[in-house]
Amino acid sequence: MNIVVCLKQVPGITKVQIDPQTNTLIRQGVKGIINPFDTYALEEGVRLKERYGGKVTAISMGPPQAEEALREAISVGADEAVLLSDRAFAGADTLATAYTLATAIQKLNQYHLVICGRQTLDGDTGQVGPELAEMLKIPFVAYVSKVEEASDGVMRVRRMIEEGHEVIETSLPAAISVVKEINTPRLPSLRGLSRAKSAVIPVWTAEELGADKDLVGLAGSATKVVKVFFPQRVCRGEVLQGDPESQVDALLGKLGQAHII
Amino acid sequence: MGIRFDFDKCIGCGACVPDCPFGLLDVVDDKVHLREGCTLCGACQEACPYEAIIIEAVEQAPADGSYRGVWVFAEQRDGRIKGVAYELLSKGRELADALGAELCAVYLGHGVDGVGELAAYGADKVYVVDSPALADNQEEPLAEALSELVRQYKPEIVIAGATSLGRSVIPRVAAVLKTGLTADCTGLDIDPAARLLLQTRPTFGGNVMATIVCQARRPQMATVRPRVFKKAAPDGGRKGQIIKMDFSREGMTSKTRLLSFVEDLTEKVKLDEADIIVSGGRGLGKPENFELLKELAQVLGAALASSRPPVDDGWIPYSHQVGQTGKTVSPKLYIACGISGSVQHMAGMQTSECIVAINEDPGAPIFEIATYGIVGDLFKIVPLLIDKLKKE
Ligand SMILES: Cc1cc2nc3c(=O)[nH]c(=O)nc-3n(C[C@H](O)[C@H](O)[C@H](O)COP(=O)(O)OP(=O)(O)OC[C@H]3O[C@@H](n4cnc5c(N)ncnc54)[C@H](O)[C@@H]3O)c2cc1C
Ligand SMILES: Nc1ncnc2c1ncn2[C@@H]1O[C@H](COP(=O)(O)O)[C@@H](O)[C@H]1O
Repeated sequence: MNIVVCLKQVPGITKVQIDPQTNTLIRQGVKGIINPFDTYALEEGVRLKERYGGKVTAISMGPPQAEEALREAISVGADEAVLLSDRAFAGADTLATAYTLATAIQKLNQYHLVICGRQTLDGDTGQVGPELAEMLKIPFVAYVSKVEEASDGVMRVRRMIEEGHEVIETSLPAAISVVKEINTPRLPSLRGLSRAKSAVIPVWTAEELGADKDLVGLAGSATKVVKVFFPQRVCRGEVLQGDPESQVDALLGKLGQAHII
Repeated sequence: MGIRFDFDKCIGCGACVPDCPFGLLDVVDDKVHLREGCTLCGACQEACPYEAIIIEAVEQAPADGSYRGVWVFAEQRDGRIKGVAYELLSKGRELADALGAELCAVYLGHGVDGVGELAAYGADKVYVVDSPALADNQEEPLAEALSELVRQYKPEIVIAGATSLGRSVIPRVAAVLKTGLTADCTGLDIDPAARLLLQTRPTFGGNVMATIVCQARRPQMATVRPRVFKKAAPDGGRKGQIIKMDFSREGMTSKTRLLSFVEDLTEKVKLDEADIIVSGGRGLGKPENFELLKELAQVLGAALASSRPPVDDGWIPYSHQVGQTGKTVSPKLYIACGISGSVQHMAGMQTSECIVAINEDPGAPIFEIATYGIVGDLFKIVPLLIDKLKKE
């Protein structure tokens, strides 16, 4: 089974800090990491390859330094990696990102399965997966928590929905997004690390992709950010004073008065 | 295309640096330097006293003006319309009125019940596609049907719930129609002159809010999480026009098939339907202590929720997580016990009508949004609360 894993390099900030003086995000010294949700996609790809044979190709669209993320992917079991990088890709919204990724996936040799993470930390939309599936005219199953069985022709997966979970059968090729319940990503092996170091990672530009320049990057984006601001938090509250007993009494009094309980 | 700096004009004064909401600007060797991730929001351009920052807009053809009307995707499951559809109709009514346009609901399913309700919540028209092919809510036929309707009737705005289904179907529709889609909006407004939908959403884990538009393409599409907008009171007297559409089955074959469904029964009171929610965080210390909150939830008839750390540590299942990567809730009362109030957590509960915070750290950010705060040890406060409630 040939598997493509889409992963994005994002700023490695687990706790986004705001500079109180300038009211901006502190980015200094922040290293790029693989989008945490994409590490589960990668691990699942590698596990499926180990189960069914085939190979895993990691692809990422991003600036030149996103190559680090792809090397990391190789260190934990991806066989190959391709970086999609071109100034023309900058400023892409989900539509343009999905188009670029879909064009690259089509250019890869025969694939059976595309795996995405559920969402990115920075874009945070979860839209790229289903959009690229539509462009590839393949089914997409979101929030997969288990791949029960796969063959070259069909796959059975379990996916999470609000009310519980569903077991879905899909024909292949298909695309899925995975949730973190699906697996525990492995650490790189020594062999993996040395493979990652020496791996040659091709960089495809818009031209090499044969992508339509009007459909990538800013030009291909339908949405545009017109304003960015910090959320205003109005302090509306009241701190209840006294010993625990009187605090609790005060609270129950207030809630009772407001007919909340 | 994009952003450029005119280095003949830039003196490296750094005036723009603090104005970048994403912190992407630096001054290196007396020259401004931009890191990756620019959204071209223009904040730096306004801040530059030397007009050294140039943002080149892409020339875009004006939007097709023949698109009119606001549509709400009325998601159903087993013939029952989801609550988020009514919330969106209430908001959609405001948007449609601001545009002087009609509001329509789109119901795609099999075995249609209660579409009249959609009119009571504000829909002027309800498009109904009733087909066995749509019975199991498989994405491809749904996306196909919705795209086809949009092509035929040309609404200028389409909004849908950011549910697991909405998040799978709506992006497919946007890709078919080659138009823009904004996920998880928390604010929707209209710029009446330009007939633009102003879509505001949190980014960067809720640290920054961004307002996004889809200028040149139609329809303008957005998803909104359940419970972000409030449902208006239904008006039973309102009548809408119900339009049944026929679709050929060929266009609607699915490459996916539902084999089985297993309901999650661990939640006694469903989080998204609860009026009162009792929520616990890392301050609980260990998994057994959730029993205390369960007891409080029981006396209040409340649902049980959690911040992320207890979920990550396996104290409580993920279905209870509230926040950016969990559920969005908006109950009448949210009681946060041992939760610090990170932006990611608050993103999921800050629209609750009344928020009570119990935390021993007076500096915890949760107190900034709490209606009533109790600075104290939750292991003292909560048992007292349970006792007194039981006596009442
Ligand atoms: C991309 C991303 C997505 C995220 N999504 C979510 C999400 O969906 N939901 C979410 O909740 N988090 C999310 N987080 C995590 C978030 O950043 C915080 O780490 C988390 O919300 C903190 O949880 P907490 O308040 O329970 O723990 P802490 O921040 O550790 O707070 C514990 C609090 O308990 C108090 N306390 C301790 N003992 C007691 C006591 N005996 N009595 C009273 N108070 C006590 C402490 O004073 C402290 O304020 C996300 C993070 C990232 C990066
Ligand atoms: N630039 C990118 N390169 C590769 N994969 C991406 C990129 N952006 C998004 N993805 C994939 O699409 C998923 C959803 O991303 P998003 O829509 O940004 O939340 C991610 O988890 C990745 O698997």
